[in-house]
Amino acid sequence: MRNSARYQWIYAWMLLSPAMIFLITFTHYPAVQTVVSSFFSTARGRRKSIFIGWDNYTTLMADEVFWKVLVNNFWYAVWTIPLSIILSLAMALWVNEKLRGRGFLRMAYFTPTVLPLIAVANIWLFFYTPGFGLIDQIRGLLSYPEQNWMGSPDTALYSMIAVAIWKEAGFFMIFYLAALQTIPPSLREAAAIEGAGKFYYFRRVAFPLLMPTTLFVSVNAVINSFRLVDHIFVMTEGGPNNASSLLLFYIYEVAFDYWDTAYAATLTVIMLTILTTVAIGQFFFLDKKVHYK
Amino acid sequence: MFSKMLKIASVTSLTSLAAVGTACAVDLEFYFPVAVGGAAATTIEKLTADYVAANPGVNIEAIYAGSYSDAGVKALTAARGGKPPQLSVLLSTQMFTLIDEDVIVPFDDFVSAEEQESWINGFYPSFMENSQTGGKTYGIPFQRSTPVLYWNKEAFAEAGLNRDVAPANWDEMVEFGKKLTKKDASGNVTQWGVRIPSAGFPYWLFQGLSTPAGAILANSDGNKTNFNDPKVVEALEYLVDLSTKHGVMQPGSIEWGPTPKAFFERETAMMWTTTGNLANVRKNAPFDFGVAMLPAKERRGAPTGGGNFYLFKDSTDEQKDAAVDFVQWITSPEQAAVWSIATGYVAPRPDAWDTDEMKAYAADFPPALVARDQLEFAVAELSTYENGKVTQAFNDALASAIAGEKSAQEALDQAQATADRILKPYR
Amino acid sequence: MTQTTSTAPQSVSKRKPFDFDRSLNTFAAWCLAILWLMPLLYAVWTAFHPSEFETRFSLFAPLTLQNFLQAWNEAPFARYFLNTVILVTGIVSAQFLLCTLAAYAFARFTFPGRNLLFTLVLLQLLVMPDILIVQNYQTMRSFGLIDTIAAIGLPYIASGFGIFLLRQTFMTVPKELDEAARVEGCSFLGVLWRVYIPLAKPTYLAYGLVSVSHHWNNFVWPLIVTNSVETRPLTVGLSIFAVTDSGIQWSVINAATLMTSGPLLIAFLLFQRQFVQSFIRAGIK
Repeated sequence: MRNSARYQWIYAWMLLSPAMIFLITFTHYPAVQTVVSSFFSTARGRRKSIFIGWDNYTTLMADEVFWKVLVNNFWYAVWTIPLSIILSLAMALWVNEKLRGRGFLRMAYFTPTVLPLIAVANIWLFFYTPGFGLIDQIRGLLSYPEQNWMGSPDTALYSMIAVAIWKEAGFFMIFYLAALQTIPPSLREAAAIEGAGKFYYFRRVAFPLLMPTTLFVSVNAVINSFRLVDHIFVMTEGGPNNASSLLLFYIYEVAFDYWDTAYAATLTVIMLTILTTVAIGQFFFLDKKVHYK
Repeated sequence: MFSKMLKIASVTSLTSLAAVGTACAVDLEFYFPVAVGGAAATTIEKLTADYVAANPGVNIEAIYAGSYSDAGVKALTAARGGKPPQLSVLLSTQMFTLIDEDVIVPFDDFVSAEEQESWINGFYPSFMENSQTGGKTYGIPFQRSTPVLYWNKEAFAEAGLNRDVAPANWDEMVEFGKKLTKKDASGNVTQWGVRIPSAGFPYWLFQGLSTPAGAILANSDGNKTNFNDPKVVEALEYLVDLSTKHGVMQPGSIEWGPTPKAFFERETAMMWTTTGNLANVRKNAPFDFGVAMLPAKERRGAPTGGGNFYLFKDSTDEQKDAAVDFVQWITSPEQAAVWSIATGYVAPRPDAWDTDEMKAYAADFPPALVARDQLEFAVAELSTYENGKVTQAFNDALASAIAGEKSAQEALDQAQATADRILKPYR
Repeated sequence: MTQTTSTAPQSVSKRKPFDFDRSLNTFAAWCLAILWLMPLLYAVWTAFHPSEFETRFSLFAPLTLQNFLQAWNEAPFARYFLNTVILVTGIVSAQFLLCTLAAYAFARFTFPGRNLLFTLVLLQLLVMPDILIVQNYQTMRSFGLIDTIAAIGLPYIASGFGIFLLRQTFMTVPKELDEAARVEGCSFLGVLWRVYIPLAKPTYLAYGLVSVSHHWNNFVWPLIVTNSVETRPLTVGLSIFAVTDSGIQWSVINAATLMTSGPLLIAFLLFQRQFVQSFIRAGIK
């Protein structure tokens, strides 16, 4: 018995080792390195990198751009996460019904997943262009004046949010759709016989059954709200005056435009801290509530 | 002096040795960005292939590295990782950053005194402002440009203006702009007077205002800026007024990418953009257009722009010699002419304009000469140490003034304070 | 396309009130669909018309294939496409292999350090390789892997997300099935192959979809780590194709986008039934 237990754990370690080697090399080691370098200065040519304690963090506290970007990212998450989830659920419900042209609807909702954001960003740029852009052409028909969507600090971030939601929702729909179709039709019939309305059925029967999917999707949405910045490279480059800049974009800018890798590392540490906090919460919630029966 | 000559002699003999024995061929890697469409990449690859064919001892791998910023990221990342290309075309404004990172070397050590005179001193001085510092030459001008004003002659005629005369100064630009701005029945603008793109990298075209106003944004050592000079404030106020007070330009930040399209669509009657757009406008404008120097205030003036060749440090002497030889060849009048005609970039040397090809090109398409003539008044593009941060601080100031969040004075004072803080260690 | 029987009772019973609700829903669904399709419609419009019609929508605009020709001639899109296909297949198969083994270990065995190791795995859900670009570039360089397709994929192949998902699925496999297979003389790997993997098919499909879509679209890391036509994926190829000083040429860029996204889009159109069906069959949640 003892032998077999030991045999089993050696076996388990062997199964784990390939994944762990890659995880450590490309995630844990660089993550630790990032934390370490946040306490050093950036090496520049002949000037070597030296230990500077909390200096980078002091800079960070005083960095107006950082705070602005952080607030932007907060709003980006606050809008994209719930809206993309709600829309994806609506899409899935519609596609699951026997609506006219269901195949077409499903294809329409799914297209953003296939089109690379970096390329489609150019198309969105055209939509938002003041004057002859698509949105303004339509507004023009109704005699509305031009609107500089990306060029005004009030609307730039929201223009980016709309693109992100467009990109994500159809992708999440697929998961909801699959989950919806596993709900036995008998449940719905039973509800109908008892005189329950459609909304009641959805709220009391379907939605709880979709909970695991909602959590799965929301983990993805949270990660995306930090990761999805490709369109910003093409569309606004964070402007005007950082009104549409997000944390990951700012990190890229600091690392590869300002070449201040130590400060970029400091920003990365902040991002990791936020993500860890959010995700630990989410994971406990997930593990407690769901358990993927 | 003598030792230098000796060095040059030995270096030259080494080069010739290398050229003789193909067994010890020199391999060069060369990154280049392209910012004007597909033809440019093909032209560079063809020129490189021509050179390699004529010089059997050298292998050059020309790597198309994307946009300027992509190429800059790649070259510096590679250099920091210890594996830089031997040669790269990067923005001229990256000079101080590259020096600061200690990844490039000046060209001076690899050319003879004679070549120094005939080659390095043969470029337009305004291009060399961004290529030399502390008496050394770190960059060799290659794909260089300057902003100019394009105007729609038909729109000018419709507005009752002389179709062949562009605004010569700031007041005229406003005056023309007012005549050119058209509104529909419901009061919405259908055609703006002028378009000066301000999103992304506003500082560049803004220099087309601050230079005529009489301001120079940064010193040649790259460690001091004059962002809140009263003349800079005046220029920024003028830019903001174009939209707010005079109503001749679209309010808010204006994107760079759709600018030519806006011109073609008669969304604007005048646009400011790079000479790199000449070929594009010539091909696609559905109306007669003109090209002029940027309007004057106290003086004429504009920034230069675009890319230089840089020589990377982490390579053998043979590689550096071969690289310098290649750069000399590709910037020689004949090749510069081929390059300039294919892309619309300004040929960086007066002698290139004397070649028969360039003469024929200029005769066929006179607007190409406007850029050359403007070089006389052009100054260096804004470039300092910590260039990314300093420029961004300035860009943010411009953007916040354009958005109406701050007054020009306030925004520029803040940018200057930020720049001072960043540049302090370099003084 | 699904159970045709299930609609029968609905259409028999309350017909009138249902119809109004239904047409409202249809209307909303169509509006949203058209909104969602706009970028694709616009891409198709510009790609097949001369560039003057990028901003003008006229029924009589002449059709042309010139934009496709131009895009095709100006950049090696076939090669980029091949690179992306190699990259995505490579990543997904490596992920399936590594994550399956690791998830099996976590789900099936008890061993010292299990919780610690699982926490380390979960960490990668947040510490995505996308934000560790600077460090990872240095690692790749020391391995001499810069400018290889492998370098684009390696940081992603041990995926915390994949291990987590598969572990959750494997934990739902009834112990009896496992034991029965063991009694029949299966090795641990045999049990994994015969019992666990078949039961986890939908999870593989769901995870595969997430992964394909992520890596098909991934941009920043490949941009940094690739230098040449032979390694560049589509996203990087498209972005360097699109960036020019001389303004955006929507017609050519969109032709390039369509050319390169077309195959995946068509594949989805053709297989969407099977695709969603197999999701359903084993109940992915």
